[in-house]
Amino acid sequence: MHPALSVIMFTTLSGAGYGLAAMLGLGLLDPASWATKTAHVVALGLISAGLLSSTLHLGNPQRAWRAFSQWRSSWLSREGVLAILTFVPVLLNAINSIFIDIFIASTGLIAAMLSVATVYCTAMIYASLKSVDAWNTRLTPACYILFSLASGAVLASVFASFGAGSYPLLPLLGIFLLGAAWFAKWRWRSRLANGSSLSTPESATGLGHIGSVRLLERPHVNENYLTREMGFQVARKHAAKLATIAYLFGFWVPAALLLASALLFAEALAGSVLLTTLGLVALMAGIVTERWLFFAEAKHAVMNYYGG
Amino acid sequence: MTSLPQGAPPKKLGLVIDLDVCVGCHACVINCKEWNTGGYGAALSDQDPYGADVSGAWLNRIHTFEVVPDGGQLVGEAGDARIVHFPKSCLHCDDAPCVTVCPTGASYKRAEDGIVLVDEDKCIGCGLCAWSCPYGAREMDLAAGVMKKCTLCVDRIYNETFELVDRVPACVRTCPANARHFGDFNDPSSDVSQMVAERGGMDLMPEQGTRPVNKYLPPRPRSVLADAAKTIPSAENTDAANGFFAWLDGVLEKI
Ligand code: SF4
Ligand code: SF4
Ligand code: SF4
Repeated sequence: MHPALSVIMFTTLSGAGYGLAAMLGLGLLDPASWATKTAHVVALGLISAGLLSSTLHLGNPQRAWRAFSQWRSSWLSREGVLAILTFVPVLLNAINSIFIDIFIASTGLIAAMLSVATVYCTAMIYASLKSVDAWNTRLTPACYILFSLASGAVLASVFASFGAGSYPLLPLLGIFLLGAAWFAKWRWRSRLANGSSLSTPESATGLGHIGSVRLLERPHVNENYLTREMGFQVARKHAAKLATIAYLFGFWVPAALLLASALLFAEALAGSVLLTTLGLVALMAGIVTERWLFFAEAKHAVMNYYGG
Repeated sequence: MTSLPQGAPPKKLGLVIDLDVCVGCHACVINCKEWNTGGYGAALSDQDPYGADVSGAWLNRIHTFEVVPDGGQLVGEAGDARIVHFPKSCLHCDDAPCVTVCPTGASYKRAEDGIVLVDEDKCIGCGLCAWSCPYGAREMDLAAGVMKKCTLCVDRIYNETFELVDRVPACVRTCPANARHFGDFNDPSSDVSQMVAERGGMDLMPEQGTRPVNKYLPPRPRSVLADAAKTIPSAENTDAANGFFAWLDGVLEKI
């Protein structure tokens, strides 16, 4: 599948935003601290930026409001509805902290739960597609939710290191969640590597009873919408290298930096701020790489008709 | 509207495509584009239409496959390979994933005849339905930003200003080999139902669970080329010559 930059940025940014909103919703940061207030603004900003970038690839974005109507059957519609619903408690949480220095547990918990539910809907858009073997598994939502929570915890660690509280609890929680996320991703990738395709050129053409089927001629000489959108292929050796980079920047580097920060520095020290911030930067690079591979490595059933 | 219609529809309209007969001439592809660019919804645009990198939205495409019999890597090693021309347009699936994934309700399946359509005024061009279709039957129109797909020529088949013979999809009407047939699969006496019963009409990718309405007729078993060779007279055999050629044969024998 074609790794569109807008979708990669959307899922990465809004994933981090919802993760941070969940951490804030759990009341892990001191509502009166300026760092926590900034964290609220950052969470809202990331969620909004993510949602806006997701409308960029639409053919007719002016009608995007219509996407809220089909929540009965469509995960994309459910995602839209939940994204708007989630805004309410997340915004209330932010107002409570920014203007009256308080945290209300009930609002917070609702915000945290809705944030996770929104990320679940995003993941289910992919996981529900039978036409893409790589995505059609429960591990897909597991990965999305864990990556969202992990990036939220790492993001919250940065604010904790500025003195918003729960330090070094948050960096340690971040390391734990990173481990869980990459474990799920490792399982997802092994399934991809060992799995066979649901459909084959033989089942796609119904000609398997005669013999093995291979494409002789495409319908047209040039690329078309389908081959551009679904025919993206990444060389196996490149994918393996990129996966190593993703593991390195997405797990080992941030985990090491967070651990060093937790062990060596107290909060509100230049050292802890520097280490957690570097960890966050590495993690974002790692997740963007992981997201790119999520698309690039997934093969669509239609390619059985295009010899790919 | 995005949910699939419940219960059995009164009619189940669709196509039968005969893989034994299709000669891969692309006539249906051209007539489909010709009819639909001026018919239902936005025109079917092409990008860079006169340039080297031309591409555009098509509702029907012909692929060509080579089928190598089991046990053979090379053509002729284990029987003869066959070339099969393979027309592909929307199969108007009964369990159409393209309908249920649509967030706006633009994509729908008609309760009265099972035709799967896109309401272009509602479509936001998110492309998710094209992702969900395992057959590649949906293509985005990049100029209009809306999803295009085979309409089963809904604007022809019910068109009472047409003569009866023209009230069939453009691709069916134009096929010079008669490889495409249109009809009601709910009616066991219809041409399409009978063809499916006689020739073993098949579903494409049944494992995807889409329950396609359109059926494909498999190519008939082929006579083996090597057997046919015996029936062709050898050039060395002059027994059948008569008249002038018999005389010439005799003269040449003597020299
Ligand atoms: S062939 Fe594809 S576009 Fe047509 S109904 Fe089936 S899933 Fe939908
Ligand atoms: S591209 Fe249009 S028809 Fe397809 S899912 Fe999106 S809104 Fe629905
Ligand atoms: S039925 Fe009409 S729209 Fe569908 S492939 Fe045939 S000509 Fe094209």
